[in-house]
Amino acid sequence: MAFDFTLNGRKVHVAGVPPQTTLLDFIRGQGLTGAKEGCAEGECGACTVLLVKANGSGSAFVPVNSCLMFLPMAAGQEIYTVEALANGGRLAECQQAMVDQGGSQCGYCTPGFVVSMFAEQYRPERSGPCDVHALSGNLCRCTGYRPIADAAATLGAPAADRFTERMQRPAPSIGAVNHGGFLRPTTLAECFALLAAHPGARKVAGGTDVAVESNLRGRRFDALISLEALEELRVFRASANEIEIGAGLTLTEISARWTAAPAVWHEWLPLFASPLIRNRATLGGNLATASPIGDGPPLLLALDARVRIAGPQGERMLPLDQFFRGYRQTALQPGELLLSVIVPEPLPALARFYKAAKRRMDDISTVAACFAFDIDDRGVVRRARMAYGGVAAIPLRAVEAEETIVGARWNESAVHRAQDVMERTLRPISDHRGSAAYRLALAQNLLEKFWWEQQAEAAA
Amino acid sequence: MKIAGHPVPHESARGHVTGEALYTDDLAGRFPQLLHAWPVLAPHAHAMLTQLDASPALAEPGVHATLTVDDVPGENDSGANRRDEPLFPGETMYHHQPVAWVLAETLEAARRGAGRVHATYEVLPALLTIPDAAGAESLHAGPLRLHRGDPAAELRKSPYRLDGSFEIGGQEHFYLETMASIAWLDESGGVAVHSSTQHPSQTQEVVARVLGVPRHLVTVECLRMGGAFGGKEVQANPWAAIAALGAWKTRRPVRVRLPRVLDMALTGKRHPFLARYSAGFDEEGRLLALEATLYSDGGWSLDLSEPVMWRALFHLDNAYYVPAVDVSGFVCRTHKTSQTAFRGFGGPQGMLAIEDILDRIARRLSLPPEVVRERNFYREGQTTHYGQPVKDAGRISAIWQQLLQTSGFAGRRAAIAEFNAAHPHRKRGLAITPVKFGISFTAAFFNQAGALVLVYRDGSVQVNHGGTEMGQGLHTKIRQIAAESLGLPLDAVRIMPTRTDKVPNTSPSAASASTDMNGAAVADACDQLKARLAPVAGAMLGCPPDAVSFSGGTAHGRGNPVQSVGFAEVVEAAYRQRIALFAQGYYRTPGLHFNQKTGQGEPFHYFAFGAAVTEVEVDGFTGEHRVLRVDILQDVGDSVSPLIDRGQVEGGFVQGLGWLTLEELLWDAQGRVATAGASTYKLPSWCELPEVFNVDFLERATEPGVIFGSKAIGEPPLMLAISAREALRDAIGAFGPGGVVALDSPLTPERIYWAIEKGRGNLILQTTADSGVIRA
Ligand SMILES: Cc1cc2nc3c(=O)[nH]c(=O)nc-3n(C[C@H](O)[C@H](O)[C@H](O)COP(=O)(O)OP(=O)(O)OC[C@H]3O[C@@H](n4cnc5c(N)ncnc54)[C@H](O)[C@@H]3O)c2cc1C
Ligand code: FES
Ligand code: FES
Repeated sequence: MAFDFTLNGRKVHVAGVPPQTTLLDFIRGQGLTGAKEGCAEGECGACTVLLVKANGSGSAFVPVNSCLMFLPMAAGQEIYTVEALANGGRLAECQQAMVDQGGSQCGYCTPGFVVSMFAEQYRPERSGPCDVHALSGNLCRCTGYRPIADAAATLGAPAADRFTERMQRPAPSIGAVNHGGFLRPTTLAECFALLAAHPGARKVAGGTDVAVESNLRGRRFDALISLEALEELRVFRASANEIEIGAGLTLTEISARWTAAPAVWHEWLPLFASPLIRNRATLGGNLATASPIGDGPPLLLALDARVRIAGPQGERMLPLDQFFRGYRQTALQPGELLLSVIVPEPLPALARFYKAAKRRMDDISTVAACFAFDIDDRGVVRRARMAYGGVAAIPLRAVEAEETIVGARWNESAVHRAQDVMERTLRPISDHRGSAAYRLALAQNLLEKFWWEQQAEAAA
Repeated sequence: MKIAGHPVPHESARGHVTGEALYTDDLAGRFPQLLHAWPVLAPHAHAMLTQLDASPALAEPGVHATLTVDDVPGENDSGANRRDEPLFPGETMYHHQPVAWVLAETLEAARRGAGRVHATYEVLPALLTIPDAAGAESLHAGPLRLHRGDPAAELRKSPYRLDGSFEIGGQEHFYLETMASIAWLDESGGVAVHSSTQHPSQTQEVVARVLGVPRHLVTVECLRMGGAFGGKEVQANPWAAIAALGAWKTRRPVRVRLPRVLDMALTGKRHPFLARYSAGFDEEGRLLALEATLYSDGGWSLDLSEPVMWRALFHLDNAYYVPAVDVSGFVCRTHKTSQTAFRGFGGPQGMLAIEDILDRIARRLSLPPEVVRERNFYREGQTTHYGQPVKDAGRISAIWQQLLQTSGFAGRRAAIAEFNAAHPHRKRGLAITPVKFGISFTAAFFNQAGALVLVYRDGSVQVNHGGTEMGQGLHTKIRQIAAESLGLPLDAVRIMPTRTDKVPNTSPSAASASTDMNGAAVADACDQLKARLAPVAGAMLGCPPDAVSFSGGTAHGRGNPVQSVGFAEVVEAAYRQRIALFAQGYYRTPGLHFNQKTGQGEPFHYFAFGAAVTEVEVDGFTGEHRVLRVDILQDVGDSVSPLIDRGQVEGGFVQGLGWLTLEELLWDAQGRVATAGASTYKLPSWCELPEVFNVDFLERATEPGVIFGSKAIGEPPLMLAISAREALRDAIGAFGPGGVVALDSPLTPERIYWAIEKGRGNLILQTTADSGVIRA
């Protein structure tokens, strides 16, 4: 019922803490008040801390939102907070840069920015200058960001220090946990047994959806079954005719493994939440949560993906367009898990992802669209996929619209025919993100934009 | 070496980057026996509380006590300007208004306990929009009125006339640190409160009022705030009062901290406005007459809505001379959060109206908007519509000309025309707009400040003043001012957290005037100390007192830089001669007056000027946009702290950009804030940072009569973002054949999209902004 983890190099023993306590609240309770709560829903980054995660034979510092980690998720992990970065009186390079550039005003967001910036400076794959997009999961209400960007721009490769030394050594591996209703099995068999024993349990992977429910809506679960220690969910296999992506891989991990990922993946990824969220969010969680405005479904629907589902009785395979059954409902039976997502090869020749939102980055979609086409030499559409989020209670393909253009030439009149069909077939809703009329217009216009961009590219 | 005027980092920067800088709620771990508070929330926008039984909460494990109206020993009211804010209401006036509180050993237990409280309500009809409230004559205040000449007659005579109206959305402060307070009973029988408040003296007043004790029993301290922007000018008070009441009742420390979703549901915002106007103008676009009525959504209580409306009316002219004016304002009472101060304090809404008018005039006459704007500028010698001479009016044109040059405005106009001709689905827009913003509290009595400067025998100095630090850099500037005044290095001076037992009866840190006033009060104290130390130093140096000067941590005779004596030695000598080593400083802004009945006077000490050029690109398929480039020229006088001032300009601009283009506050039909959370209410993030962002300060701009010749900077830059709205309008116009582009605010992608469609003639959509019609 108790567990340990490493916090700023020291072992911490946890016992008797309610399982839905956030890592943030816990570390603040330990007197480490540098990490702040700005929102409790993963949006502001004021709570950012570092996890030590495997990277090749060594480790990397991975920044995450501590407000979205249930404390038992930390079991066995090695965690650093902003307090650990300075060495005695000597500031870390990114801290000094923030001071010199005027990167803090009220200072409340600053520890979070410093931690994200530190992780970016120490990122093993980094070759060029710091990528400011690494800081895009951190909000600042005071500075307008310019001095923070300038601070990041001053940072070169990190000098050899205790952190670079730490990166040479392997990361801790995470094991089983049983802490007051928070259960983390290490094999599928154990997991199914736990699911059977706790029919009211909620599965949790990265927790970026589940912890929001807990923090904001005060939802308390009978039991939480964590999928994080299941190796079976962490496969990544590329073969000649398909790519299999483990449901338990985080988006960041997928990106690192999928070296031959198509361009559309690279369009899609930066539009999905923030780097902090992507360091925790899994593809399986994104599909299983079945949000009508989730970004994974349109991408994967357009790529004709299938899902591998495992249950106590064995495995089954389902095309993704049969997976979403109703508003936030899926074909998963109680006791079943998403094991992986399978994307068939060859990938469509032409695929693009679009996301329209109030804010261009790190916002939930008003409408998301993914178009994937095969067009032959004569300009005739051989295969067309138009997948949408935000136009119905579930993510879906605009099948009738697809049908109007398959076998026809891909030109402006085809676009208009498809738009006319959408007018009749799509029934979006109005909410604070946008009116139904706007959503319909977006669904139609994004197709036209897709077409227009191809014309522009062809002309160039 | 001069210390004032030097770009130094924020005084707490090291603490910020290491996480060591403490904020109110970071102190929770220092209070053994701390109780956590959670409110019982009314589920209706407007209702009578017919029954309340808090006792079931006590059955919840960990719950220690409840707070209801029966626990209030003093007055059950936290209102700032009017006693209209019952802390425990009998009639609930907005959705989620707290009706009782639960105190428990953990936050979780308090929250569960609150869920057990039994309350019944009789639901009453709720007013949720400005038109509904105005129609029902549900008003907090109004008409407030300013006028000059006979605009009705001038309108009739004008060759052209424009009538219009548009909606201006509000704005959530979204200070990163939400409302927080910890209260306890101190060792001498007093009530001590840590509060994230811009106005510790008023927090003290409200706590004393609720407890029914004299103010000398209550001490309020503000360490620093994680942002405030006006949101904690008066609205920090109720939470501090609940914490203090809880401590009073239980004799244990009590913590109140609103999580973000509650902070957004319970606290006030920038006022949404509705503006209606008629303007008369000539063929050159010169304004001849203006009639306007502004309606603000004040929410459930008066709060600061009246001075906010006054400031909106004062700024309806922005930088433009209008010969005949009649403008009035009404503060509507609705069943929503009580809207409050927010950076600019009504000024932004007023300016938005006149900029809207000028753009429409320009497009009506097919003149470039920048030409029409410039033609209407104040010239030297002209007065505002409330009778205040516009001192340094020439700076408006000077800034304008310089910025047109440095931003390459004319060349870019041409380049944009070319770009737009080549791109049917993407259009760029460019605009330049000015800002003239009046500095001073319009409530004259607030324009005073105090300071207490303590010198210790080792020559180190503590500075106390009435201002609070919320990120605006006040403490940094004050430290520079004190160090400069005493001739000391920066690290010899420590700025103390703001406490009501050091400087009493202070004014809020607001109205951009905190450095002007507190800086002058600190300089006053330092000057007194220097006057006392000069004879001592003179005797040590063998020169007359008036030949002594202090710099670099030493005193030396003027003209004799070789011989010097350390500041600490002078201080020690003074101590032995029994000379007081502490001084109080005081400052009152001279010459302010304004008569609300006649609408005439000089409410401002001076005006801060600036201008901005913004270029944007709009996607015609979605209405999404990007800010490509911003050029700003701001008049900050002689900057005390250039790094801080630049930060205020950039941060203010981006915050204004958020207000005008992104942040959309929505309430649903039940009166709930529909965007109460960071996932539904979007602040500017990295992608809103302009791709090119040039900020310059006007040179040779010393402001006489203000501390070290500087000028206020906190609020004015926010309104520079109006240039982005006007640039968007320019881009939207480029999709269609031209002509007037009517727009409500904020310009979200959806609003932009429909405006483009309308301009292309693809739809007839009725929005408020559409009612503008032009008649010759
Ligand atoms: C700030 C923020 C921004 C976000 N932005 C986006 C965005 O831009 N686009 C977007 O699409 N989403 C976004 N999300 C939502 C969320 O991050 C994603 O849905 C994410 O992929 C969920 O993955 P997770 O591992 O964190 O899921 P969890 O929270 O762990 O789980 C989500 C749900 O899936 C179930 N589940 C998880 N894994 C499995 C499995 N293997 N088998 C069966 N059931 C499973 C859980 O029981 C739970 O019901 C955002 C969230 C936050 C907090
Ligand atoms: S508190 Fe805002 S992201 Fe965690
Ligand atoms: S410095 Fe205040 S929120 Fe970033």
